[in-house]
Amino acid sequence: MRALMLIAPLLVFVLLSFVIPIASMLFRSVENGIVSETLPLTVEALDGWDADGDQLPDEAIYEAFVRDMVVAIEAKKHTRLGSRLNYEETGMSSMFRKSGRALKKLNPDTDGPFKDQLIDIHDGFGELQTWRVIKTHSVEVTNGYFLNAIDMQRTHEGAVSQPEDKQILVKLFIRTMFMSLIITGSCILLAYPISYLLATLPMRVSNLLMILVLLPFWTSLLVRTSAWKVMLQQQGVINDTLVWLGLVSDSARLIIINNQIGTIIAMTHILLPFMILPMYSVMQTIPVTYTRAAKSMGATNWTTFWRIYFPQSIPGIGAGSILVFILSIGYYITPEIVGGTKGVFISNRIAYHISSSLNWGLAAALGTILLGVVLILYWAYDKIVGIDNVKLG
Amino acid sequence: MKLKNTLLMAAACVTAAGGAMAEEMTIVSWGGAYSKSQLKAYHEPYSAKSGVTILNDDSSAEAVAKLRAMNEAGNVTWDVVDVVASDAIRLCDEGLALEIDADTQLAAAPDGTSASEDFGDLLVSDCFIPQIVYSTTFGYRTDMVGDTPPTDICAVFDLDAYPGKRALEKRPINNVEWALLCDGVAKDDVYDVLETEEGQNRALAKLDTIKDSVVWWSAGADTPQLLADGEIVMGSTYNGRLFSVIEEQKQPVAMLWDAQVFDLDGWIIPAGLSEERQKRALDYIMFATDTQRLADQAKYISYGPARASSAPLVGQHAELGIEMAPHMPTDPNNAQNTFLYNYEFWADYRDDIDAKFQAWLAK
Amino acid sequence: MTDLSNDAAFVEFQRVQKSYDGEILVVKDLNLSMPKGEFLTMLGPSGSGKTTCLMMLAGFETATHGEIMLDGQPINNIPPHKRGIGMVFQNYALFPHMTVAENLSFPLEVRKIGKSDREAKVKRALDMVQMGDFGNRRPAQLSGGQQQRIALARALVFEPELVLMDEPLGALDKQLREHMQFEITRLAHELGITTVYVTHDQTEALTMSDRVAVFDDGRIQQLAPPDQLYEEPENSFVAQFIGENNTLEGTVKSINGNTCIVTLDDGSEIDAMPVNVSRPGERTTVSIRPERVEFNKDRLHSDAHTLKAQVKEFIYMGDVFRFRMSVAGNDDFIVKTRNAPDAVRLKPGEEIEIGWLTQDCRALDA
Ligand SMILES: Nc1ncnc2c1ncn2[C@@H]1O[C@H](COP(=O)(O)OP(=O)(O)O)[C@@H](O)[C@H]1O
Ligand SMILES: [Mg+2]
Repeated sequence: MRALMLIAPLLVFVLLSFVIPIASMLFRSVENGIVSETLPLTVEALDGWDADGDQLPDEAIYEAFVRDMVVAIEAKKHTRLGSRLNYEETGMSSMFRKSGRALKKLNPDTDGPFKDQLIDIHDGFGELQTWRVIKTHSVEVTNGYFLNAIDMQRTHEGAVSQPEDKQILVKLFIRTMFMSLIITGSCILLAYPISYLLATLPMRVSNLLMILVLLPFWTSLLVRTSAWKVMLQQQGVINDTLVWLGLVSDSARLIIINNQIGTIIAMTHILLPFMILPMYSVMQTIPVTYTRAAKSMGATNWTTFWRIYFPQSIPGIGAGSILVFILSIGYYITPEIVGGTKGVFISNRIAYHISSSLNWGLAAALGTILLGVVLILYWAYDKIVGIDNVKLG
Repeated sequence: MKLKNTLLMAAACVTAAGGAMAEEMTIVSWGGAYSKSQLKAYHEPYSAKSGVTILNDDSSAEAVAKLRAMNEAGNVTWDVVDVVASDAIRLCDEGLALEIDADTQLAAAPDGTSASEDFGDLLVSDCFIPQIVYSTTFGYRTDMVGDTPPTDICAVFDLDAYPGKRALEKRPINNVEWALLCDGVAKDDVYDVLETEEGQNRALAKLDTIKDSVVWWSAGADTPQLLADGEIVMGSTYNGRLFSVIEEQKQPVAMLWDAQVFDLDGWIIPAGLSEERQKRALDYIMFATDTQRLADQAKYISYGPARASSAPLVGQHAELGIEMAPHMPTDPNNAQNTFLYNYEFWADYRDDIDAKFQAWLAK
Repeated sequence: MTDLSNDAAFVEFQRVQKSYDGEILVVKDLNLSMPKGEFLTMLGPSGSGKTTCLMMLAGFETATHGEIMLDGQPINNIPPHKRGIGMVFQNYALFPHMTVAENLSFPLEVRKIGKSDREAKVKRALDMVQMGDFGNRRPAQLSGGQQQRIALARALVFEPELVLMDEPLGALDKQLREHMQFEITRLAHELGITTVYVTHDQTEALTMSDRVAVFDDGRIQQLAPPDQLYEEPENSFVAQFIGENNTLEGTVKSINGNTCIVTLDDGSEIDAMPVNVSRPGERTTVSIRPERVEFNKDRLHSDAHTLKAQVKEFIYMGDVFRFRMSVAGNDDFIVKTRNAPDAVRLKPGEEIEIGWLTQDCRALDA
């Protein structure tokens, strides 16, 4: 009991900052109450309507719709529904907004029949597709967002692929994974020698080096990324230097920004400390006597490194790689700034759907998939390398 | 549903501590020179008059998402929010912004013209009080275009006459309109064409012709910087940003006003404020959007006031001392060929075309 | 110092100095020469430079000055892996990611010895340390003593002529340590290996070694076989460091050949053998081993000087009796007698006279 009290603050913190957001994300990725809440009568009435047929709904459904809408307009909820349905069918947003003014004036008890009046108010009410979309998305728990997240969509005929020219998310998932792997790889290559130096140099020198490693942490991410822009652009520092050295001609300056190379360079730099720190702390614990023992037994420097030192530093590589990989698949600011069109990640789309399109359901589904991928990779790592083989120090 | 309520309650508890205090209001805007112009033209005189302390928050870029989150948590901490018109429409659709009656809740012009008439067409949403007219237009490097500076928007698509990189915003809005215009579509038909699959493909096909020469920007400061660095020969951005590159930084950059796209920026009041806060927010809005105040803002930044009655009052730049009227997007010389952003269209088609646009970008 | 002709020297330090920081010498003017097959122990307090010497010999540190010779060749420029020296470390340094057999096979692999040969040698080495059944274990699955044996086997498996051991038994409990001391010396002698052994445990040094080099402050204080070290310490550090020892401070009164008379600080006089004193008037510390103190007057020389002693404490230790006495102002004067049938058990408070044979009392440096 006392132990529970002692960890209570931590428990509450973890709950608020971790469990609840993740739970709410999972919840949002399937939650779809809005249609049946806003149009309860219509949804019920549409139950009997055959969405696969070529007949428009009958008058009863139109009447139910008017009854629902009058209530919804009063509560100013019809436009919200329009935005929701617009994710599925372009044009719904303005249809609901525009028809709101006219529908408001109708009295459901006296002004019928409504079918022709509605079609008069907006052509959309005379289209099969409108009613199909409402019916298809009237379920309270939907797989629609997940289907959207993998470039498919929920239709009255079941799940179908998005048209080819709108397929982007799967591609971005694959690109995110692939580039994160490359970034993790280049972090390993760069971080290993630095960590080795840090772990083996005399204290005084290694402390100084450590400060240089940690320095980037003390500047904001945005500043660092913007600095890379100045470095990498065609009239930037790197190109200027190369031209000045005569290594590239002025007319053939390297394009190392606004593409994948830019993203890889900038993100490798930004994530490098997350690779160095675990590597360093593992290497620090490898006693010098191991290498001395190996050399005394006749092993050359290389053999000693490769057979003795390297295997013992693997836990640090593992820990750093997991850290860098997970951080990297979630990055969006840096790819946004230096990634151009080919260097952006799935997280950029998540950000778009959170702040621009407000399609939070899709954003949550994308986030959930990303979380799933991380968990699968973690599991695979455990199977292949063994999670005990991860050490942060 | 129960889970959701619990979550919302928990979130509400967390944020409850940060509620606004009496005689203070939080105004959200874009930061930078723009916020400064509002501080000088609106906030300072309003605080002097009313004694209300104004807190600034530079979160307009994420305003819609944040307002939605605050609304779900049941604790809105913002009192007045500066947003672009399309965001105002979305906020209104989502029920996140307060509907305003222009004639009773906004100041009439000095000559008695009602506010709704004074703002006219610019009242594009029931929740939106327009403040400025800005335009998205092109600037070019005068030293990189030879003896024939561009005068036509289609110079953007003319790689032969104007080789080099050009900067375009990393979203379809404006770009597809310009593409269609330069592909021979009449100005009035642009949105009709864009409604169709073929029209969208046609716009992307036109953009495809310059795709390899485009630097895609996502922050308004990008293009001015790229122009100043000589990374690009021309690029689109907000006209006020170009003004400061040209007049304040004296860079070799000039404006290409042709086919500039007018857009609006203005205020909304979040829905769900307490009566007292709402009253204060309305009082601020009444003051800050009157004829004189809107004209005052133009002393600090080159955006046109949204009221017809303010235009004659626009004077000189407060620091540079130059006449501001010729730098306004609405100035007759600049506005010979303009394009009006179609809010209805983009509210419907934004997600659809954006998906296609992103897929095209990734190709 | 034992006189060894340089021709027979297998390991030789010639005026070796070492400084890590360029200022403080941690090894000062070290001269040492070992014949093949010798078991030599470096003994000294922590920080006295023993490990540093070993590391210079192994090639992991370079001497700041002087020359180290192996089998007549200077080795300063030979990298460690070409020196062919076996090493055992205090923490064993068994490679944790390899099995015991892989650990042993490693030095053979890097020597490009064929697989079947390798397996045979590994097996032989494991049997040698009675660990034949443990080849497939990981080091972490072994006890400290077992790890120690493996470390030993690994240092010997490639048949080096010289083996260095740096406090190899430091982490073991007493019983295991004694057993391993015996094992190590047995193996070293059986295989005829030259061994440099480092320890700060004097019992270990005395029981195992052919010769012991006592280190202090970066210098060898004395290099001698164990018995000589114990019985004939050349200075007060060695006398104090090796075994139990009583000291008394005083001034040399007169020297006469192999005897001298020392006036203690309380005025009483004693007989001693001059070791580090050369003329009257010099300050000196005299050293007497507890078991050489005699209080049975009959056994002393008739004209020997005696001192008054008051018994402070009697400690019964089974095989010996131990008395703490107050002698010439020193309250911690220890006297030991064998628990023989005629031994007297003095009681605290009793006053007696004590004395010793002149050659047992050494007048050393002050
Ligand atoms: N790598 C090193 N760098 C600097 N000083 C060292 C190093 N190794 C040992 N020393 C110093 O040298 C002296 C002798 O150390 P060492 O040879 O390890 O002594 P011992 O093995 O006798 O305990 C000590 O004062 C120690 O602090
Ligand atoms: Mg040591």
